Amino acid sequence: MITIPEIPLDQFRDEALKLRNEKQMDYLINLVGMDWGDRLGVVYQLESTVTGEQIAVSTSTTDREKPELPSVCDIWKAANFKEREVYDYFGIRFINHPDMRRLFLRNDWVGYPLRKDDDPTDERNPLRMENETTIDTTTELELNPDGTLKDKENMIFEDREYVVNIGPQHPATHGVLRFRVSLEGETIKKIDANCGYIHRGIEKMSENLTYPQILALTDRLDYLGAHQNRHALCMCIEKALGVEVSDRVQYIRTIMDELQRIDSHLLFYSCLCMDLGALTAFFYGFRDREKILDIFEETCGGRLIMNYNTIGGVQADIHPDFVRKVKEFIVHLRGIIHEYHDIFTGNIIATQRMKGVGVLTRKDAISFGATGGTGRASGWACDVRKHKPYAAYAKVDFKEIVYQEGDSFARYMVRMDEIMESMRIIEQLIDNIPEGNFQEKMKPIIRVPAGFYSSTVEGSRGEFGVFIESKGEKSPYRLHFRSTGLPLVSLVETITCGAKIADLITIGGTLDYVVPDIDR
Amino acid sequence: MKKPEIKSIPYEEFTDNESLEKIVRELNQNGAGVFVGAIDDIINWGRSNSFWPLTFATSCCGIEFMALGAARYDMARFGFEVARASPRQADIILVCGTITNKMAPVLKRLYDQMPDPKYVIAVGGCAVSGGPFKKSYHVVNGVDQFLPVDVYIPGCPPRPEAFYYGLMQLQRKVKVEKFLGGVNRKEDQA
Repeated sequence: MITIPEIPLDQFRDEALKLRNEKQMDYLINLVGMDWGDRLGVVYQLESTVTGEQIAVSTSTTDREKPELPSVCDIWKAANFKEREVYDYFGIRFINHPDMRRLFLRNDWVGYPLRKDDDPTDERNPLRMENETTIDTTTELELNPDGTLKDKENMIFEDREYVVNIGPQHPATHGVLRFRVSLEGETIKKIDANCGYIHRGIEKMSENLTYPQILALTDRLDYLGAHQNRHALCMCIEKALGVEVSDRVQYIRTIMDELQRIDSHLLFYSCLCMDLGALTAFFYGFRDREKILDIFEETCGGRLIMNYNTIGGVQADIHPDFVRKVKEFIVHLRGIIHEYHDIFTGNIIATQRMKGVGVLTRKDAISFGATGGTGRASGWACDVRKHKPYAAYAKVDFKEIVYQEGDSFARYMVRMDEIMESMRIIEQLIDNIPEGNFQEKMKPIIRVPAGFYSSTVEGSRGEFGVFIESKGEKSPYRLHFRSTGLPLVSLVETITCGAKIADLITIGGTLDYVVPDIDR
Repeated sequence: MKKPEIKSIPYEEFTDNESLEKIVRELNQNGAGVFVGAIDDIINWGRSNSFWPLTFATSCCGIEFMALGAARYDMARFGFEVARASPRQADIILVCGTITNKMAPVLKRLYDQMPDPKYVIAVGGCAVSGGPFKKSYHVVNGVDQFLPVDVYIPGCPPRPEAFYYGLMQLQRKVKVEKFLGGVNRKEDQA
């Protein structure tokens, strides 16, 4: 359970600056909108990359008609998109936020779906079949020096700008993501990311589901990190209930997470290569990925969506052939991975398209909260497995892959090297899976005690977090998933401006986001 | 009498033969021309063995669709491998994944851009009925609310084998259709 001190609204801005500058809280992990009935608020989870200290604070307003909170998007860049998300869900407007548009829902959506007194399924929002009109302006709530507020209109794209639309249906956006790109010749001047084409409302749905039912939705967030997402939620609930899972479960979960990571990185390799025109490499990646899916299928019963972790254990014990097959797979992949590098890594076209393209600085990576391979390629050692070990990660020896360049090639190499490290982790565990229960005895109805809980795991593409506020009921009062992809999309503008339009495909490919995870 | 048969898989091994037989009966009611019918058969043989799918995927089912394109499941064996990125060159659209309220008009537009004759396959629980997200405020409960769906493939996500079963059912459907004076000059029903 975490305690969250509340900072009064009028002091919040100063306190936030103090946290940033004096306590060096430079990484905004999470920014969660809240509806506490009489007031609307926001919870901020912060971490210092210098001291490793974590802190959570909140602030709130009692005005439900016109809720206004000070923006922190100039302190932490990650807040830019996350405050838009909170505006979309709760209607809280952030003072001095330059772009107060909805992030996920349509412009003409009525109401704020995550407010407790709002029923988004009613007739105010029927299925609209006319196309959404794209607006080129946005509003800002500006604070005058004398303390009064005024509405200001900001232009996103001027009338004379040449704007190209990419997506939502585009094979290289890796899902239904939409970019509007303003070009000058071939050079990108400005880019505006539009999300929400696969916003499924998982967080609102969770408020009416029991905890075991919510588990089913986690796999479908980031389907290439299905095990890890589910692991995070199970771990969070187990922590809240005080349940200790057996060592056997810890080992199995760790091995599954790592297999999933290899699976995800192989898919990353395949898709990136396909986007850059190397179709043969796509077949290489998928050939070996199928072997992992076979292993998953044998034990879990599913190829892509496994539904394997449960609260207090795993769904079923590992298959008798599991250990043998995993070992065979590692031998196979170790023997064949040089082919990947032979065909693509050293290729002159590939290196020219990736080296020096889309450079992300370490400072920006932290400020945007770009965790995972993207952050580590920019020199930010942010591996949750290493810095906050969970499951069996404390027992294994592995190297945290960190590159300093921050360009597309570094992001690519981080993932290729991580495949090797994941294999090392599995090798250390696979022969020593201890005996024990694969499932602890749980109560038929799981009620999490009242309070705030959070847990994070290292997902396939970054730090995946779960944040729960419980009132002691069988469903959470508020459940928030820290998306691994949202920070990555929010930084696209920073690293693509000045690049060529063809580089957008490379950059998008190496950032490796999964769109259903961004939109949730 | 036309029979919805395809190579290698026995007719009896398919379920839902009745609805296809019904189509054949309706087609034969007015009598089929010997000459036109024979040309129809040849055209349909060609059409059913070279579906060009649109690369369209919103979520998890799309990854299985990619697996279909890779070496192990290899959809080239059936003639489906020419995945097109532009709807103007595609024959079929596999709706892989959840369709949300915001995506629905986009999908409809993609469908409208495809040339006739065109076919829709709803892949996975989400496209069939909303699936696990049925109660969500932002998910369309089945693409058949605004698109004419030819084949439903249930599953979350369906296995590649299930994809094939669904695609073969569509092949059989195409084989019994009247092409000349039939689907080739379908009036816009919308």
